[in-house]
Amino acid sequence: MANTMARSFLQAVSSSEEIAPPLRVVQMEGLAVLKIIKHCNEFSPALVTGQLLGLDVGSVLEVTNCFPFPIREEDEEIEADGANYQLEMMRCLREVNVDNNTIGWYQSTLLGSFQTVELIETFMNYQENIRRCVCIIYDPSRSSQGALALKALKLTDPFMDLHRKNNFTGEKLREKKLSWVDIFEEIPIKISNSALISAFMTELEPESPVAQCDYDRLKLSTAPYMERNLEFLIDCMEDLSSEQNKFQYYYRSLSRQQAQQQAWLQKRRVENMARKAAGEEPLPEEDPSNSIFKPIPEPSHLDSYLITNQTSNYCNQINGYASSTNNMSLVLLSTSV
Amino acid sequence: MAVLQFFPPSSPVVSARLHPVVLFSICDCYVRRPDQADRVIGTLLGTVSGGVVEIKNSYAVPHNESADQVALDVEYHRNMYMSHLKVNPKEVLVGWYSTGFGVSGGSALIHDFYVKELKDSTKDIREAQNSVPPVHLTVDTVFSNGEASIKAYMSVNLSLGDRSLAAQFQEIPLDLRMIEAERVGFDILKKTAVDKLPNDLEGMEASMERLYALIDDAYKYVDDVVEGRVNPDNDIGRFLSDTLASVPKMSPIAFDKVFNDRVQDNLALVYLSSLIRAQLGIAEKLNTAAQVL
Repeated sequence: MANTMARSFLQAVSSSEEIAPPLRVVQMEGLAVLKIIKHCNEFSPALVTGQLLGLDVGSVLEVTNCFPFPIREEDEEIEADGANYQLEMMRCLREVNVDNNTIGWYQSTLLGSFQTVELIETFMNYQENIRRCVCIIYDPSRSSQGALALKALKLTDPFMDLHRKNNFTGEKLREKKLSWVDIFEEIPIKISNSALISAFMTELEPESPVAQCDYDRLKLSTAPYMERNLEFLIDCMEDLSSEQNKFQYYYRSLSRQQAQQQAWLQKRRVENMARKAAGEEPLPEEDPSNSIFKPIPEPSHLDSYLITNQTSNYCNQINGYASSTNNMSLVLLSTSV
Repeated sequence: MAVLQFFPPSSPVVSARLHPVVLFSICDCYVRRPDQADRVIGTLLGTVSGGVVEIKNSYAVPHNESADQVALDVEYHRNMYMSHLKVNPKEVLVGWYSTGFGVSGGSALIHDFYVKELKDSTKDIREAQNSVPPVHLTVDTVFSNGEASIKAYMSVNLSLGDRSLAAQFQEIPLDLRMIEAERVGFDILKKTAVDKLPNDLEGMEASMERLYALIDDAYKYVDDVVEGRVNPDNDIGRFLSDTLASVPKMSPIAFDKVFNDRVQDNLALVYLSSLIRAQLGIAEKLNTAAQVL
């Protein structure tokens, strides 16, 4: 008896030191995907969020169900309501044998503009309670263009460490070789379904292929869409240039401060020499009370990284659209309608 | 002489439309049901408009079933209903579902319960929609007839004079509809496991192939009619000619010009975005470059 208890205690201790295998794949059930799509589409263009439930199995994170959050007004007393709602839903779902573990949250976005500081903060909040969490981003506007725009994101570990220490100076970043692509890590999504569902779906496939054809995807007019993308891109560039200005200002003031320090040091040295000649005590070469020695704080790189991420996202989207429309037009031309 | 009276439903509810989310969620609940239960019962939420009930959402309600009695967890049902209303106040109670083929004896009791619930939860929205009796949906998860059967029923009270004898469940037409985004994912959702989500290009390829198949079919049909193999159907013929007439008539030169302009615009955008990417690369190097001082 004592032996088994001792062993299990050892096992418990040893298992808690195991490093979790890195997350490689997010496996979603069709049900969760459909629910997310439905919720985001219903409320678009407003941005909505919801909770993901599922299981964490080795290197796969399985999302088996999800539920939406009500749209919250900016009111303090409704905070408690939100928490109550969550508890209530989890309890009720537990009763019908739905997996009850929170493994992340989902949110809808507009044209890919989701890289904000709030996202990172939410991630950090979740990370404190759950070992592994993921954020699913769904873009209803891109999906209406044809592709299923579902992405699973996670913060990379080195970035999280840095954020905890809240230290985004250039040195630290160079040390860890962290560039703006390393903030978020995109994880591939797999979709799985129970056999029952696939049986139903295959059975219910509509007979006439006419109903099946999805014409929206073949629309050539992506103009309004591209316009909005471009507008967002321009805004982003403006933000980026203002961030650049901040850095320039910092460097300029830093170099000015250095020059001042040098000048002051020279003066001190000359004074000291004079004193030595006169036989007095030399003054110290440093004077912390002098304001020119105060170190200037370096502006955080976090914002600029986020903006850069955002911008590259827009660029990618525009590229995707332009090239797909090009391809399509070329194909049509070659078959000469 | 006793007269058997049929009271027709109070409003012209003609049909029901089911969103696939509901089907998925029902199947999921069925797969997760507790071992001793044979079937799953739950509530349907949605909207009613113009005689069509749209079923948009659902949740399972735990229940206990014995030989002749069915007990539903009312508290649970009400709690979930309140929670769902917080997210989407427009989706109201429209009926209930149960898995298993056909309508059983206990169903009438549960149906009565839902009729009462509907009356209780009637608010102004429903009043404006001229209250529709709840719909009962059965989903045959065990494929008892060798095929998937999903049926929707409306209950009609059969009464003899003053006494109500029985409730007759009349089937109403049901149709499965999907919005565009869901249709895109439909192929994916059919299989049991998909390794990766198709990206833009592959999806486009699939759509083009489908379009080609359709055009080929139409072509073949016209050929058959011309050669007398198939009886011509006037409606189809008219439809085809309308479609062809709606292709805009443009001279090839004008078409070329429009087309080239379009391609050039797109290329300019691609150039711009590559330029921006280069800029981002440089900016990043500058920002984290080694300190000059």
